[in-house]
Amino acid sequence: MFGLRKSDSALLLIVIALTVLAPFILNPFPENSVMAQFNAGYPDLMQRLVIFGIFAIGFNILFGLTGYLSFGHAAFLGVGSYAGVWMIKLLTLNVIPAIVVSVIVAGAFSLLVGWISLRRSGIYFSILTLAFAQMSYALAYSVLTPITGGETGLQPKVGDPRILDAALEEGVTPRANLFGMFMNDSYDMVVGGWIFTFNVGYYIAAICMVLAFYLSIRIFRSPFGLMLRAVKSNQQRLNYTGIESKPYTLAAFVISGMYAGLAGGLLVAMDTQAGAERMFWTASGEVVLMTILGGAGTLIGPVLGAGFIKYFENIVSKINANILETWFSFMPDGLSDVFVGIIYPFIGKGWHLTLGILFMLVVIFLPGGLVQGGQKIAGMFKNKKDGSDSATSSASAAPAE
Amino acid sequence: MSIIKPTRRGLLRTSAVAGAGLAMPTIFTGSASAYMNEPTGSSVTLGFNVPQSGPYADEGADELRAYELAVEHLNGGGDGGMMNTFSSKELKGNGILGKKVEYVTGDTQTKADAARASAKSMIEKDGAIMITGGSSSGVAVAVQALCQEAGIIFMAGLTHSNDTTGKDKKANGFRHFFNSYMSGAALAPVLANAYGKDRKAYHLTADYNWGYTTEEAVRESTEAMGWETVNAVKTPLTQTDFSSYIAPVLQSDADVLVLNHYGGNMINSLTNAVQFGLRDKLVNGKNFEIIVPLYSRLMARGAGENVKGIFGSTNWHWSLQDEGSKAFVKSFGEKYGFPPSQAAHTTYCQTLLYADAAERAGTFNPCGIAEALEGFEFDGLGNGKTLYRAEDHQCFKDVLVVKGKENPTSEFDILEVVEVTPVSQVTYDANIPQMGGPEATLGDCNPGA
Repeated sequence: MFGLRKSDSALLLIVIALTVLAPFILNPFPENSVMAQFNAGYPDLMQRLVIFGIFAIGFNILFGLTGYLSFGHAAFLGVGSYAGVWMIKLLTLNVIPAIVVSVIVAGAFSLLVGWISLRRSGIYFSILTLAFAQMSYALAYSVLTPITGGETGLQPKVGDPRILDAALEEGVTPRANLFGMFMNDSYDMVVGGWIFTFNVGYYIAAICMVLAFYLSIRIFRSPFGLMLRAVKSNQQRLNYTGIESKPYTLAAFVISGMYAGLAGGLLVAMDTQAGAERMFWTASGEVVLMTILGGAGTLIGPVLGAGFIKYFENIVSKINANILETWFSFMPDGLSDVFVGIIYPFIGKGWHLTLGILFMLVVIFLPGGLVQGGQKIAGMFKNKKDGSDSATSSASAAPAE
Repeated sequence: MSIIKPTRRGLLRTSAVAGAGLAMPTIFTGSASAYMNEPTGSSVTLGFNVPQSGPYADEGADELRAYELAVEHLNGGGDGGMMNTFSSKELKGNGILGKKVEYVTGDTQTKADAARASAKSMIEKDGAIMITGGSSSGVAVAVQALCQEAGIIFMAGLTHSNDTTGKDKKANGFRHFFNSYMSGAALAPVLANAYGKDRKAYHLTADYNWGYTTEEAVRESTEAMGWETVNAVKTPLTQTDFSSYIAPVLQSDADVLVLNHYGGNMINSLTNAVQFGLRDKLVNGKNFEIIVPLYSRLMARGAGENVKGIFGSTNWHWSLQDEGSKAFVKSFGEKYGFPPSQAAHTTYCQTLLYADAAERAGTFNPCGIAEALEGFEFDGLGNGKTLYRAEDHQCFKDVLVVKGKENPTSEFDILEVVEVTPVSQVTYDANIPQMGGPEATLGDCNPGA
């Protein structure tokens, strides 16, 4: 199907099903239950899950295939975001020009950065990209304030030109839309005690992610992808056989930069503002974590990793001491205090700690990321069935660096 | 697109309960509610969006304490704090409009993106009717714009940049805290008295938005008074060692150093300046002086000994002796064991002001609340007579000029109030260029539905 081999089209279909049904999957608990705290099916988080999924898929094309660890990928996300906001300010509130221009601008910027950084490999490459990203961040935060809005960021204003749009009514706040559909418009379906939210912005981002995922499968399975893997396994040998590897790595770098730009453009489309923090090195580090956590070099891994981290950031960080107390209120006083005391450091502001522990566990016990965990479980079932060891059968199970 | 409409989770939640037990899925397509997240049950949810991690986590923790205290007081618990001294007597300790106040919290991480994500989740998931908090202007401006789009009231926390109620003001956003312009206007006369009108100032400015507006404000008001600005140098926000910036100050013939820094920046730059012996120098026959336009107790504590005798401005200080401040310090101190910071004070006030506006308006509709707050004059919240100006949603009140204490008695007793600059002296026209000029407008209030 679509020029894919059978296992890949199955994977694509699974991803499509997951994204289409996400409003159901992410809201497993009834609205008034105690567990509703863990529901993630609200528009903003669903949008973020797929957008950062795109970001991580793109990063994986560079890191997973060539092994070049870019520590500055957030710069492309940020540049794309700024380009997107400017399109919304200057051209039109329709999100399509914003998204397209974000991809183009991020691609051009990554061509420049890649051209310079790819002269080196290994740790030197990582440091160069990191330097570029920090430079972009510093510029956006202060020197380029007239273009980027500096600390307070860039956002559409009532008085923007918007040359393609008809003038807004007096006093109306400008909101991004797609041919009249606003990104935060939703349709709520109430089934029993459950509320499932179908959000316009989410489905636009989800379509982009499915396309991005499909493209990434094609790249993984193409001769170009094979050449990138050759770079990863032994670049020196590749050079000795007379193949110039830089065009391949540069192409991979630009493609992943464009993915980052797409993610940036979508972020802007969903929530029309861009700030410099988006380019900070922690943001670059986050996408590395997402990819490794999910499984670098695998197709679905980065998406899982992105979802995992964003879920923690948005759900666990919002649990506070009050909520804990209601959870343990059924226990006798002293005992509930003990439990609250034990769990308290890991929730709310402690979500970094929880995530860090999980990350360590994954890296130690599942070096191939969450995907390897899934394969192990699948392998256990298979072993029970026919007794053959299938853990090594998957072609995509390349271990992380 | 008739099936597409904004989320109305509050109403939906009720209908979800009603719908529970029905065998067939019911799809809700009923009539629109009047505004975003209209509370329909017996409680109302407020969203407290504060930095729990990152450089301003200390301020955030203190803000959260104040919010919890305010909710306790609104629901009739504790001793009522400033509700008893507040000039408006609408709040009865039975929640807001008879609904029990509940709250959700989020971590802004002092990043605009993270702050907007957590504010959105409060609005979309938890049905919060109002968002408040924050401890930096970048975050305040970003979240304020989000609330304007979503149709939610935003009550700004600690944000001092002019832009929050200047260039980036919004109809749904309100600020109780003072701003850069007021700092400059309040400091200038005190500085003229203390150090004379013939001074040469050298500015070190944190290289970001708040730094710019503060430098501009202090420059304009000191220059109007006769001072000369010798040089203004921008320093990177991430700088930790300022010696390379302090050395040129010694070479210039400046006799005053203005540090437009906040938080960790200020602690480091002040420490460096004092270590270089600037304060023991005589330039042009005058003692060299250092000024820090915006002071906070948490910063002063970080800089330790070095703040002694250094002037700055602050929104509020716990040593004030009016009835409101005393009541607040007492109930905060009894609950947490130490006096509140200015961040705690402003967030507590904002919560009370919001609740009171809802009572007076008789609704949670953002437009009703905005109308009730606009032009509202009140007293008894620790800053004397205060006006919520209708043109820019900025509070106008007296500004405190403070000085590092020479003989502190405890780790909280670091600053002393030198002068209370009356509100008339810090009031400005809403259309001055520092505030974005006439093209900066509030727009219309947005109820979100």
